[in-house]
Amino acid sequence: MSQIHVTTTVNGDEVEFLCDPRETLLDVLRDRLDLTGAKEGCGTGDCGACSVTVDGRLVCSCLMLGAEAEGKEIATVEGMATDEKLHPLQEKFIEYAALQCGICTPGILVATQNLLEKNPDPTETEVRYWLAGNLCRCTGYDKIIRAVMDTAADLRGAS
Amino acid sequence: MAYDDVKTGEFKVVGTRPNRPDGIDKVTGRAKFGADATAPGMLHAAILRSPHAHARIVKIDTSKAEALKGVKAVVTRADFATGLTGENWNILENVMAGDTALYDGHAVAAVAATSALIARDAMKLIKVDYEVLPHVTDVDKAMAADAPILREGAADKSVPAGLHPNVVRYHESGHGDVAAGFAAADLVIEDSFRTEATHQGYIEPHACLAQMGGDGKGEIWCCTQGHFNVQKVCAALVGTETSQLRVTASEIGGGFGGKTAVFIEPVALALARKANRPVKLVMNRADVFRASGPTSSTSMDIKIGMTKDGKITAAQGVFRLQGGAFPGAPMEFTAMCAFAPYALENVHQVGYDVMSNRPKQAAYRAPGSPMAAFAVESVIDELCNELGLDPIDVRLKNASKQGTKASFGPTWDRIGLVETLEAAKAHPHYAAPLKKGQGRGISCGFWFNHGGETAVSLALSEDGTVAISVGTPDIGGSRASMGQMAAEELGIPYENIRTTIADTATLGYNEISHGSRVTYASGLATIKAARDAKKKLCARAAAKWGIDADAVSWVDGCAVPSGPNAGDFDPMPLEKITKSMGRTGGPIVGHYEATPEGAGVSFATHIVDAEVDPETGSTKVVRYTVVQDAGKAIHPTYVEGQFQGGAAQGIGWALNEEYIYGEDGRLQNAGFLDYRIPVASDLPMIDTVIVEVPNPGHPYGVRGVGETSICPPLAAIANAVSAAAGVRLHELPMSPPRILAALDAQADG
Repeated sequence: MSQIHVTTTVNGDEVEFLCDPRETLLDVLRDRLDLTGAKEGCGTGDCGACSVTVDGRLVCSCLMLGAEAEGKEIATVEGMATDEKLHPLQEKFIEYAALQCGICTPGILVATQNLLEKNPDPTETEVRYWLAGNLCRCTGYDKIIRAVMDTAADLRGAS
Repeated sequence: MAYDDVKTGEFKVVGTRPNRPDGIDKVTGRAKFGADATAPGMLHAAILRSPHAHARIVKIDTSKAEALKGVKAVVTRADFATGLTGENWNILENVMAGDTALYDGHAVAAVAATSALIARDAMKLIKVDYEVLPHVTDVDKAMAADAPILREGAADKSVPAGLHPNVVRYHESGHGDVAAGFAAADLVIEDSFRTEATHQGYIEPHACLAQMGGDGKGEIWCCTQGHFNVQKVCAALVGTETSQLRVTASEIGGGFGGKTAVFIEPVALALARKANRPVKLVMNRADVFRASGPTSSTSMDIKIGMTKDGKITAAQGVFRLQGGAFPGAPMEFTAMCAFAPYALENVHQVGYDVMSNRPKQAAYRAPGSPMAAFAVESVIDELCNELGLDPIDVRLKNASKQGTKASFGPTWDRIGLVETLEAAKAHPHYAAPLKKGQGRGISCGFWFNHGGETAVSLALSEDGTVAISVGTPDIGGSRASMGQMAAEELGIPYENIRTTIADTATLGYNEISHGSRVTYASGLATIKAARDAKKKLCARAAAKWGIDADAVSWVDGCAVPSGPNAGDFDPMPLEKITKSMGRTGGPIVGHYEATPEGAGVSFATHIVDAEVDPETGSTKVVRYTVVQDAGKAIHPTYVEGQFQGGAAQGIGWALNEEYIYGEDGRLQNAGFLDYRIPVASDLPMIDTVIVEVPNPGHPYGVRGVGETSICPPLAAIANAVSAAAGVRLHELPMSPPRILAALDAQADG
């Protein structure tokens, strides 16, 4: 099958790749662009481990084709930290032990960053429902929710 | 363990909450999990699986798949070792079917190709002729006289005569005279319970990268709880020597027992050998559900007698566990854990290990124990209700303690059940008012914990920093706790230590990370390795000072003369000794190898408030408190994390999760949409209380904490549901349809 040429932006960098029309954005990120931060937990959009943003919108990259990335702005977990400085959410996740095995962590971080951009002052219920599409099997979510709420408070205080 | 081995007094690093060493890698996406590895020339593999629950494999034609452009190897059972016996044969038969497909999802062939898409296309070109056979997936039906037989002769010598050939192992234990005990009771309640199979639900599917040349030398990178076990099993299944395989454990994206078993690594290795190229094999989620190792499903009968004042006079249980198409369902654990929290004069338990046309069960956090607790603690709750007694007081009255005889034989050493019950009773949660429609449940739970074969090496660098090599994959933050224990012993900062999970070529054999053994056994070995290193450091200082090695002690990171008679020398810090170690005798490495057997058992008491919606039958957990004995919490935050994670998994097991098989014997819900694990909006915050009753078998008193937390939730929630809705559920999960049916039956009755 002939391959499709795609030009897109990932974490601010312009990238080009060729992909099979059946390849998902997640396949492309992981196998063609060596960005293995996004994980495939299910391949059906149920677990959220592959969460990225496309033009600022939170998506499961396993549900979007690589070919659909043409001309888009894609952001992954690899773009969260800047100049060796972690994003406040990343700092807080470590401090609160909001991760155990860490396989869901990239998706949850991308999702919560996206939440806080839209809603800097979420209630606990709002955080829980926003993250309802991101499965974590280790933590019972307790420390994740606390880390998100505390980061949000810090960011509000700083702004 | 000798008393002088045990550290007393204040800890400096143990009990603090430093950041985990793998934290930055995991929040930046840099951590390398099973599917994140690549190799030059790597192929991608896929496994073809049986669509039938039970079928004879008449013929497999792989010719069209082999002819597809890009396909480099196709393997079937003919590409694996022959002549295996015992558990190796069982594993091979499970990894790649022989004459018969034994369950929906059983592997029958595998393909390696230049891309994952080609491998998937090639699978469709493999033609398998099946002769479909009768199947059975239910535990009680599999024991019935007319059940189809999975495999004649699979039963071992423990099975009494006259049972169906699907019953492959039998357990019986207990003591006293239960008939006399029941006769002495004021109230006897007898009830039956069932639980469906659940899955560990780790978010990372099984994944590996394997390579192997014609010389029999191979390498595997994989997500596993036990890479030494992967090495041993894979070597046997592909027919090479253990030491010729080097296995490296990747970061592991959850295991909970499910990654103690070997499923895909031998297949990737056989493909790599045939293609003479590296092969990556990653399960998809449906395959994980269909063909890894879920729990057993169970059918249980419980009978307990109690006096009016709450004394249990006798208890007996029958536990039937369906373990899939192979022997191994942990029915003896179910039987032994069932009444472990109670000091009983008369107790008897029986277990059956039953084969059926389902995937081979694997461990899931305290394997076998949660189901037993569900049944037993539900009956105790009924007894308390009938007799008008407080459920914690009754449990305190009957609680196992040091010196009492366990239901399965041994006499308890120092244990902390009473302390968890007392802490639960004193917790504000237990006295908090309930709203209308809410009910409160409590339950105890028990797990044995384990020691196991362990080797640790601790190497000092010239600059005084320390590299620890352990052989137990880090499934709960153990690299942090090892670093804390070594820092405590050596008197150096936690930050100066790096702990690595060493590969199989670098360290002696280590048993799997299972049985809540890592912080206990690898921790004990790390402490002993640090003490070994300290001894060597003291000897170097003694040589420098020209005094006897026995006259030097280690204090706060320095060698010091043991007393005024030893001589007057300034303390010699660790980094000063290591700086010159090349000239004073060579590298300094501490190490320790043993099979520690003093893993202290662990008990927990959980309190839960639940709210049942009578319109929909839906249950919401509104408040949850875990109280558990940790012995000594090395890193309290990570201990809390284990408590919370186990509770959350137990909530899923109690309310939502189940394997659903159709009449055709096929799994109907092989995905996270239909097998619904708890999401963030399903759960409340989970409160934790860490009780510390030191384990006499560990230098710091550590007990494993990973598993016990999943034992009480099933019963605690069932008891809360019963209190909230006025109906007793005897079958898990307590899904909305089951609760509605129970409410309807009660209304009709």
